[in-house]
Amino acid sequence: MDWGNLQTVLGGVNKHSTSIGKVWLTVLFIFRVMILVVAAERVWGDEQQDFVCNTLQPGCRNVCYDHFFPMSHIRLWALQLIFVSTPALLVAMHVAYRRHEKKRRFRNGEKIDIEELKNEKMHIRGPLWWTYTSSIFFRLVFEAVFMYVFYYMYDGYQMPRLMKCEAWPCPNVVDCFVSRPTEKTTFTIFMLAASGICMMLNLAELCYLVIKVCMKGARKTT
Amino acid sequence: MSWGFIRDLLSGVNKYSTGIGRIWVAVVFLFRLLVYIVAAENIWKYEHDEFECNIKQPGCENVCFDHFFPVSHIRLWALQLIMVSTPSLLVVFHVAYRENREKHHNQKLYKSPGKIDGGLLCTYLISLILKTGFEIVFLVLFYKLYNGFKVPRLVKCDMRPCPNTVDCYISKPTEKMIFLYFLVATSCLCILLNLSELSYLIFK
Repeated sequence: MDWGNLQTVLGGVNKHSTSIGKVWLTVLFIFRVMILVVAAERVWGDEQQDFVCNTLQPGCRNVCYDHFFPMSHIRLWALQLIFVSTPALLVAMHVAYRRHEKKRRFRNGEKIDIEELKNEKMHIRGPLWWTYTSSIFFRLVFEAVFMYVFYYMYDGYQMPRLMKCEAWPCPNVVDCFVSRPTEKTTFTIFMLAASGICMMLNLAELCYLVIKVCMKGARKTT
Repeated sequence: MSWGFIRDLLSGVNKYSTGIGRIWVAVVFLFRLLVYIVAAENIWKYEHDEFECNIKQPGCENVCFDHFFPVSHIRLWALQLIMVSTPSLLVVFHVAYRENREKHHNQKLYKSPGKIDGGLLCTYLISLILKTGFEIVFLVLFYKLYNGFKVPRLVKCDMRPCPNTVDCYISKPTEKMIFLYFLVATSCLCILLNLSELSYLIFK
């Protein structure tokens, strides 16, 4: 049970997405999940062990670490990826519901090819359009919320080398040094950029869907 | 043997569930199992090594850690996930029993072995009640063992062999607290889903 299962679930939704949706999924898995698992986790792996404070006072390091990192970057990214992937499930559930309805109609006598039903690509119209569009909207909201939480929690996206800590039981002000600050800043900016690209893709997809519906409406009235 | 077993079990159950049951499976997979494996496990990984007491007395840290964490949060969380997923096995067993009976008698005894009616409805309702029961039991256990869901930065310990009262510092208390609240929220969501599924099936 890991990110691979998430990939399987979302891969199923991929069939019913627009092209931009498929690009979004690829960016999500290659530039965010894979980078998180293969690289970022190693960079943050030793974070508390190598967080060193210029004091022998027991407990000071724990308290300072907790003060400056209420929630680790890695965990925030993991949660962001999970939350951002979840709206796609709404689409998967809607598609499954439609298939179920079609199967029911088949059982009641209508002629439908079962094999074709399983592999059918659902067109994004009607209620499915609303589900799909709301899922994109929620994705955007979650991305924006997490980016803001990052910015607010860490006062920007840079990881400082030195932090000055005066939480009890540290005596006076103590210098604490973060491990691998430059590497962490690099990865933070990378994940931020990937997040930004995903947001732009989502916006583009949203605009595309809205324009498609408006044009269809205009064609109907003319 | 790992979490893959729970994943396979729940995927199997998904076939015989109602719509709300499928939402429950999705919530358990994504917001509980996946979060546990990719995030929570790593937070509690070095909890004993990073638990520090303001004392050089050998054995004091061990004794204090054991006093404040009789069963670690992460182990309770894992137990909760296992216990909450297991009642679904009852449904799987019942459907397998039905299919076996049909094969044995070589005739169609049920409209569809997976349809939730008659005996299978009873089994399904019992599994829902058990799931909800386990969720509540674990939430109460968490609350009673740790005096609420807060993780303090500092705990004062005066167990032997610590001389007098010693300050002990827990590592990553804020992050642990955030994830504990997340656990409670998802548990409550699952309880709500189970209760609504129960009422839906009873009033159908």
